[in-house]
Amino acid sequence: MPTFDYAPAPESRAILDIKPSYGLFINGEFVDGHGASFKTVSPSTEEVLAEVSEADEQDVDAAVAAARTAYGRVWSRMSGADRGKYLFRIARILQERSREFAVLESLDNGKPIKESRDIDVPLAAAHFFYHAGWADKLDHASLGDDPRPYGVVGQVIPWNFPLLMMAWKIAPALATGNTVVLKPAETTPLTALLFAEVCQQAELPPGVVNIITGAGSTGQTLVEHEGVDKVAFTGSTGVGKAIARAIAGTRKKATLELGGKAANIVFDDAPIDQAVEGIVNGIFFNQGHVCCAGSRLLVQESVADEVEEKLKRRLGHLRVGDPLDKNTDIGAINSAEQLARITEMTEIGEAEGAQRWSPACELPSTGYWFAPTVFTGVSQTHRIAQEEIFGPVLSVLTFRTPGEAVAKANNTPYGLSAGIWTEKGSRILWMADQLKAGVVWANTFNKLDPTSPFGGFKESGYGREGGRHGLEAYVKTGAN
Amino acid sequence: MSTSTDTAVVTAAEQTSRAREILGVSRLTNQALTRWLHGLPGVDQVGCEARAAGLGTRSIKTTAKAWAIDTAISMIDLTTLEGADTDGKVRGLVTKALSPDPSDPSTPHPAAVCVYGDKVAVAKQALGTSEVKVAAVATAFPSGRASMPVKLADTQDAVSAGADEIDMVIDRGAFLSGDYLTVFDQIAAVKEVCGPARLKVIMETGELVTYDNVRRASWLSMLAGGDFIKTSTGKVSPAATLPVTLIMLEAVRDWLELTGEQIGVKPAGGIRTSKDAITFLVAVNEVAGEQWLTNTYFRFGASSLLNDLLLQRQRMATGAYSGADYIADDSPSLY
Repeated sequence: MPTFDYAPAPESRAILDIKPSYGLFINGEFVDGHGASFKTVSPSTEEVLAEVSEADEQDVDAAVAAARTAYGRVWSRMSGADRGKYLFRIARILQERSREFAVLESLDNGKPIKESRDIDVPLAAAHFFYHAGWADKLDHASLGDDPRPYGVVGQVIPWNFPLLMMAWKIAPALATGNTVVLKPAETTPLTALLFAEVCQQAELPPGVVNIITGAGSTGQTLVEHEGVDKVAFTGSTGVGKAIARAIAGTRKKATLELGGKAANIVFDDAPIDQAVEGIVNGIFFNQGHVCCAGSRLLVQESVADEVEEKLKRRLGHLRVGDPLDKNTDIGAINSAEQLARITEMTEIGEAEGAQRWSPACELPSTGYWFAPTVFTGVSQTHRIAQEEIFGPVLSVLTFRTPGEAVAKANNTPYGLSAGIWTEKGSRILWMADQLKAGVVWANTFNKLDPTSPFGGFKESGYGREGGRHGLEAYVKTGAN
Repeated sequence: MSTSTDTAVVTAAEQTSRAREILGVSRLTNQALTRWLHGLPGVDQVGCEARAAGLGTRSIKTTAKAWAIDTAISMIDLTTLEGADTDGKVRGLVTKALSPDPSDPSTPHPAAVCVYGDKVAVAKQALGTSEVKVAAVATAFPSGRASMPVKLADTQDAVSAGADEIDMVIDRGAFLSGDYLTVFDQIAAVKEVCGPARLKVIMETGELVTYDNVRRASWLSMLAGGDFIKTSTGKVSPAATLPVTLIMLEAVRDWLELTGEQIGVKPAGGIRTSKDAITFLVAVNEVAGEQWLTNTYFRFGASSLLNDLLLQRQRMATGAYSGADYIADDSPSLY
């Protein structure tokens, strides 16, 4: 019997120069923070990668003050065309240093190199290119009369797409003339700190971008800071609600991009083989650490067996392991804490009576790992059908009619994304109209592009990022 | 049914009767075939091409690469199909098949040489007792525009001359006009004439254009008795693309599940580099499955591919590229 065993094909770490410790990036320079430092580890090996400063109130003050000064003295006075030049320069540097960013992202986050290399880093560069083009055209973007920046924007981003979420936040803020204080997640600070070097390399005026590291309390201090005019947050719905409460009654505007429990809906006339790929991509892309992940598969009963069988066979070919191996499909879970959450939710799923299945796969003995998991026989009432798991866990439900599919898909507090699989164009349009989700994909999933607005309904947040709509969140207009 | 490689002699009538059983109809009409073929799930072009591109990013190194190169060499149907073919050219090709790399006797042989029907006897004689097979194109290759008696005589001629395998072309005109029954009947009739020779059915996917058509033609060819489904004649562009091959691999995988019968796949035309060939093997491995990773069930229709594989093979053995002049070329361009 032939065996085609793919030999290890690791991407080299030699391109990286990780420093033993990192300070905060304030006013164009790295400075030591005043809080206790913390370690960032590689989730695939638990190896400590670097020590990182924690910003306390004093540091947040300094960062916001730097951003305020840069806003008043430089950035708000600069022409859109000149701001655009800086963004183009940053985009090109990201492309030039793409391998470095991809390796560092996979190391610090645990995601497979093929994803950081082919998706995260190119998309991050694309966001800077896209917004660079808008910088001198804001008066013509139908944003309203006299679009003007807010001033200083406080941004807090999650650990699932550290570099990409940073690009989503920083690029539109800078294009519209705001200055930024950004806090990356505590488990994945390294690509943001490498990006700080890119800002230096691009000779971005000091204080236009400030990056402060730390945990939740640092983020809270930033969000609540008097000097912050606008808040942008991507992360959990729980934290999003806390932010909304904290800024209620203040002048601050907020964009919140929160959790999701997306339905990926497969009709009996779907292109089944491609639908199976879309299901896999929907929930196993980035270990399922995706707010818009297709974590609920709604499949029409008449093809449920066929889809389930093909899905299981396909999952047998997924390669779980070393994130730096170019053939790895599924990397490590980002943290012990997240692994515990996924483990707990899957135990709940079993206890609720759903059938659990995983392909045979050997998980590494160190690091944080979770095998791709499928639950069948899931009911709408099960917690694994209602709550965001944020891991490689798919809940399979069935439906009989389009109306039932819509009702089940919408029966969730979330509304970030949805997928429709059918060869019938009219049904796609009808479904897209009925689904309460900010993004609806037809015969594809997890397709992200800087030109397309992204954001949620209901508890998935408010405001849009990307596209012309994304600019609206960063400007005030008219008499405001 | 068996997955044995000894090809059973099947008459057209038996083929029709089996098709009736699979379709669950009392009479095999064009309407019944249309309903069955059009009932197959559609292919989404974007998704299919994205999946193919994804398979293309697999990185096959060291031991896996060495294995893949040897496997790919053993899967080649070393081909010459030119109006200018002579006995001398065919003998040269056979010599190459018998001894692909004289500097390294451990090099595997290609699976077969593939020639026009009138060169079968020359190829057969030159191959002697070697296990390398002779494949002959037949049925008014490459266009297939001839009457049935001519196509059958063409096939019979090649079989009588000793061809082990017949590469027929389907009537694309009939297929595109929706006359699936004609396509079925022609394949079944050729299969009967083939006797024990294995039948490869060339669908000429470049002329079928849509992936839905490729899927339907694949199922129709298997239903009618093809032992292999093959992409192209090599005379039409595009020839063997990865997405088309992907769809055919899905078809044979699903056919095995439905009938218990394992059918082979042969992409032909346009596969010139080792990197391309290895990508196809990755697709075979991950889409159809490991049991297709043998030359009984997977072939490359190619001529220049062999020398690129040999070049890579030498590089893996010696650590350095030798160069084209260090690999014997029995199929240089005439011009």
